[in-house]
Formats: sequence, structure tokens, C-alpha cells
Amino acid sequence: MADSRQQPHSSQPTHAGHRPDAVEYAIEANRLTRKFGPLTAVDQVSLQVPSASIYGFLGPNGCGKTTMIRMLCGLLSPTAGDAKILGIAVPEHAEQLRTRTGYMTQKFSLYEDLSSEENLKFIGRIYSLSGKALIRRVDELVETYELSTLRNRRPDAMSGGQRQRLALACATLHKPDLLFLDEPTSSVDPENRRKFWEKLFDLCDQGTTILVSTHFMDEAERCHRLAILEAGQLRTEGDPQTLMNNLQSHVVELTGSRLRDLKTPIQRLPHVKSVAQQGARLRVLVDIGIEHPQAYLAQQLPPPAPGDDFQATLVRPNLEDVFVTVTHSERQ
Amino acid sequence: MPAFWGRMSAVIVKEFKHLGRDRMTFGMAVMIPLVQLLLFGYAINTEVRYVPVGLVDQSGSAAGRIITQAVSATQVVDFQQRYHTPKEAEQAIVKGEIRAALVLPPDLTQRLVQHRTLGQWLIDGSDTMVSASLLQLRNMPLNQAIIDPNIAPPAATPTFDMALFFNPTRRSAVNIIPGLTAVILTMTMVLFTATAIVRERERGNMELIITTPIRPIELMIGKIVPYIFIGLMQVSIILLLGYWIFDVPVNGSVTHIYLATLLFICASLTLGLIISTLVQTQLQAMQATMFILLPSILLSGFMFPYEAMPHIAQTIAEALPATHFMRMIRAIILRGAELDTLVFDSLWLIAFTLAGITLAALRFHKRLD
Ligand SMILES: Nc1ncnc2c1ncn2[C@@H]1O[C@H](COP(=O)(O)OP(=O)(O)OP(=O)(O)O)[C@@H](O)[C@H]1O
Ligand SMILES: [Mg+2]
Repeated sequence: MADSRQQPHSSQPTHAGHRPDAVEYAIEANRLTRKFGPLTAVDQVSLQVPSASIYGFLGPNGCGKTTMIRMLCGLLSPTAGDAKILGIAVPEHAEQLRTRTGYMTQKFSLYEDLSSEENLKFIGRIYSLSGKALIRRVDELVETYELSTLRNRRPDAMSGGQRQRLALACATLHKPDLLFLDEPTSSVDPENRRKFWEKLFDLCDQGTTILVSTHFMDEAERCHRLAILEAGQLRTEGDPQTLMNNLQSHVVELTGSRLRDLKTPIQRLPHVKSVAQQGARLRVLVDIGIEHPQAYLAQQLPPPAPGDDFQATLVRPNLEDVFVTVTHSERQ
Repeated sequence: MPAFWGRMSAVIVKEFKHLGRDRMTFGMAVMIPLVQLLLFGYAINTEVRYVPVGLVDQSGSAAGRIITQAVSATQVVDFQQRYHTPKEAEQAIVKGEIRAALVLPPDLTQRLVQHRTLGQWLIDGSDTMVSASLLQLRNMPLNQAIIDPNIAPPAATPTFDMALFFNPTRRSAVNIIPGLTAVILTMTMVLFTATAIVRERERGNMELIITTPIRPIELMIGKIVPYIFIGLMQVSIILLLGYWIFDVPVNGSVTHIYLATLLFICASLTLGLIISTLVQTQLQAMQATMFILLPSILLSGFMFPYEAMPHIAQTIAEALPATHFMRMIRAIILRGAELDTLVFDSLWLIAFTLAGITLAALRFHKRLD
């Protein structure tokens, strides 16, 4: 367990089949499409999410993450395509799934004028818990999600991170097999985000499948598998390590004194996919077809002025490079 | 100064845009004057005509028939029923079937000749506007019409004897305060439920709730039950204060008052639920409530007698829960009627509630689209 927490992305889920009625894929979407008038918010997305794993949706604002999750929850009907959740077709039989899925909405959706405990108890009753069982479950969740000092606090008087812990507690109250988390850590600091993810790995170890949307790279990197979405389309899919290894670009880091002047000429080069300034360095993505990217860059650029300590180094790609590459290639 | 205009016009332009996009608000801005105009113009008629009344003709004589015709010709009343005894007629008044009854004694022909008072009107005096109209008949010059235009009766003798029941002193509070319960309940119950659901939608709670196993009907009933107690509390306040301050008599049984109120509260709450499935924002819910409230005040019989309204207004009034409750609560409080004599209105409210809850639950989808 500790293992998976330290190196989550390298540990493949081994818990499929943990639950008696587990299916191989908790989510199977087949060319799922949703249109809002002329806008196609989700465009023929097909994917399979293995049971008992953490699956990430990575993508910029408006790329269709929430729409996708809502369709998978059975809240929105797809314009075309179909999906099976835990082996059950949605949205047709979505009601059968209500006790087996949990959903943490992007916008805080608990009651602002009920205390944490009252919110938890309310949700508990909706899931048919009562009496001692309800009290026990609420106590458990208060313990797990460190809410003991916030029991009587109302969400409108809690910090963003505290609210998100409470929302996660409510979403997991009925021990769902599948958890949808829509940008669960958008207002959480890095330290608390790390803790939040430990909770997710704990849940995953207990056999819960988690689908989480995010636009944080570090968060995406922790997922077992990842789908990169852009403009409603699935750009690429796989486990983060493989995605990085199979990157269709070289990553070159440039250092030197005239970097700002170089940025525009480099951007214009035909085989350069993107240039981004990172502090005192420029991170350049060069087409995989170029055999010697450093030499290519040196050749194409004006020779460095005397005294300029210009240097080009080939570095290991990170997830952001993957993201930029897959979204960039489609745009051309 | 230009900055003043610039900023202010920015707000003005923005407000116009809000208005243009909120079609419901815009629609209401047009509909409310339209509906008000029609309601006030048509429905409101303080001159009451064709009051439904009954006849107890114990004389069975030709004179009786002629007198009845002459009374009908005034257009003040409309004889709808015949009863054998004054007792039966009184019961019909308590039930609210008729507003008054004319009793013609067996010795009618003799009285006519002797210029004595011809008969007696038994009048439900609770609605002062209706009773005022009926009281016009007291000195109606009948004799001329029947026998001999030359023989004028002694001016001192009234044609009819008037017996005002339930509100002999003709105080309007007696009629208004029980009716006020219907208006206040319509206002609060419809608004509370309509906004309660819309508020959850506005605040985003709904997206969470609909992913739980809760069924629409459970959500609907759960939403309205607490307001039932609020409604019962309101009615208690109105009636207690009415009793203490305005001396409104409570002739009927308290149990029956609360039972009738309960039926009406349920009907109003379901009306609120239906509204909540039709509107998007709390503001729209409020406007829709206004839309129900106005006819409930004007057409239900609260302000103007139901009898005085034209047929079309009566048809609209029949579709409003407030009209049915108005009849029930006045019958129970003022005339001491029992619920089992008010079967039609009770069943109507029950049917409305059941149909309303079903409709609201059907319209409420556990979907966002
Ligand atoms: N109800 C709706 N009506 C019309 N368009 C919508 C609706 N909901 C979403 N959209 C559009 O669909 C697209 C996808 O929206 P969605 O909310 O799924 O994005 P997202 O990936 O969740 O973005 P974010 O990261 O900002 O939450 C957007 O362009 C959005 O404007
Ligand atoms: Mg979103």
C-alpha cells in the first residue's frame, strides 16, 4: 500500500476482481458524443477504465471533462454513442447504479447551511443508513477525512480544501464501487493535494475505481491511466509513463543570455512543435523525425554572439510535453 | 460628468440585456397588466345579480307562482331549488348550495289581500355584499304587480320579512377573515415550495441529489411536508387573532377547520411543486406565484362574490384551489357546516393534490438535460 503511494504511476492496479461483482472495465464508453446546439462538447470518445484503478481526464477548460462525467453518471443523455458503467448501460439503467457510484461535482454541491455532520447524516439517510450504522459510518468518515474539528462547522465557513474533504467524504459515504471526481482539488494547496491523493489511493486499494478530472500535470501523473482531452476529442490515452516514453517529440532545453530574442525565430521553425519559457530556460519540442535535435536547432538559429553561453541539452520528457505535443499535432 | 453617464449607461444596457434574455420575466411584464385588466374589468362586479336561492312555497297557490316570477324578474336572485320545509332550505344554506331561501306561508293569498307581510327570506348574511343585494327585496312593491295597480299597500308594511343568519350585524370582517386564510396560504405555500426546489437547483445541490438513489416522489413529498406545519401555524394565527380582535365567530368544529386547511395546504404545495418544475430561477418562481395569487384573490370569492362574476370568470375560479377552500372554510367557520357536507370541494382538493404530485414527479427528471 505504501508502495503505491510513493510511486503511484509505476504501480499497475492489481485489485481488479476484488469485489464479488467486479467487471474487468468499470467504465466502457463507445464513441460517446454530446452536442449543445452547434457545439460538440464531447466528440466520439471511446475509452475503457480498468476496475480498481485511478483514471485521469486531463484537459484544458471547456474540453468536455464535466460533460463526459455527467454522461457517464447518467445525468446527461449522449447525443450519440453508448456507455456501460460497471457493466450496466447508461443512461437507460442509470438508476440501478445509484448505490454503486459516487459523484463529487466540480461546483460544491452540499448544503451551505447545514453543518458537516448534518450534511453527512443527510446523505447517509438518502443511502438508507440509519441508527447506529449511520452514526458509525459518519464517525468513520470524520476520522478518515480529518473533519473532527469541523463537525459542527458549516461549509460556508470552511476553506476550499476543507470543503473538498467534506465533499469527498459524502461522495464515498455509501462505499461506491466507482467514484467520479470532477476537479476535486481545484482549490487545494499542494500539501493538502498530496494528502487528498493518499485518500484516493487508499480507496483504490480497497477496490474502488476512481475517475478524476484535472488540469494539474502533477495530479495527472499520479493516475494509473490517463486520457488527454481537447476540444471534446480524445487525443491520447494510456499510462503516464508510457505516454512520456512514447512521446513523438524530442525535448530540448536551451540556456543562454538571448533567450527572449530566440523565442520567436525558434517558434517559426518547421519542425518545432512548441517553445515555452521556464525561468531562465526555453523548453523546445522538436519533431521526433529530426535525428539530432540539438544540431538542428544550432543550425537553424543565427550563430550565438561572442560571449553568449548558449547551450542546448536533450532532457527527459514530462507529462506537460506529452500534453503539448498531442494537442499541438491535432491543431495543425 | 461623462464618467457618470458612461457608468450609468453601462448598467442600463446590461439591465436591458438581462430583461431580454429572461423571457419569463418579460412575459410576466406583459401578462400581469393584461390579466389584471381582464380580471378587474370582467370579474369585478359589486352589483350582485342572480344570487342562487331556493324556494319553499307552502301555499302552492297561483299567487305564490306569480310572486316568485316577480321576484325573479328583478334579476337579483335566481331560484334554483325548491324545498318542502324551511328546515331543508336552511340546511341547503349551511351547505352553501344556496345563499338564501324565500318561504311563502300557506296563508299567502289571505296575507296578500290584507296587505300583510307576504313571506320570509332566510338569508346567509356572511357575505355582506350578497346580503345587501338581497335586502333590496325587502320593500319590493309586489301587490301592484299581482292584483290591482290602484291599491297601494300601506307604506309601513314591508313586503318580506328578512332573517339574516350567521352575521346579523353585517360586519365585513366576519366574512373576510376566514377568507384571508385562503389568500395567505396561497401566497406562502405556493411560494415556499416553488422556491425551495428552484433554490437547490440554483445552488447546485440538485446535481448531487439526483445522483443518489432518491426517487422524485420521495424528494417531492419530503420537500412539502415541513411546510404543512408552517401552513397550519399560519391558519391558527389568523383565526385566533380574528376571534380575539375582530370577534369572528367560529361556529364549526376546530377539527374540521384543520382538516379542510390541511387539504388546501397540500393542494397549494403541489401547485408550488409544479411551478418549480417549470421555472429556472427563484425570481421566476416568485412571478409564477403572483400569477396564481392574483386570480386567487380576485376570483375565489374573497373580494367579490362568486355569484356576481360572469360565467367565464367562474370557470377560471373553479380551477383554482383557493376558490374551493374559500367555500369550505367559510361554510365551516361561519355556518358551522361539516366536512361531509362539503364533499365536492374536499374531493376536488384531494384530486388536485394527487394529480399535481404525480405531474410534478413526472416532470421532474433525474437528469440535467
Ligand atoms: N449546458 C450546456 N449548454 C451549452 N453548452 C455547454 C453546456 N455545458 C457545457 N457546455 C459547453 O461544453 C463544453 C465542455 O464543457 P465542460 O463543462 O464539459 O468542460 P470542462 O472540461 O469540464 O471545463 P472546466 O475545466 O472549465 O471545468 C464547453 O465549451 C461548454 O461551454
Ligand atoms: Mg468541468
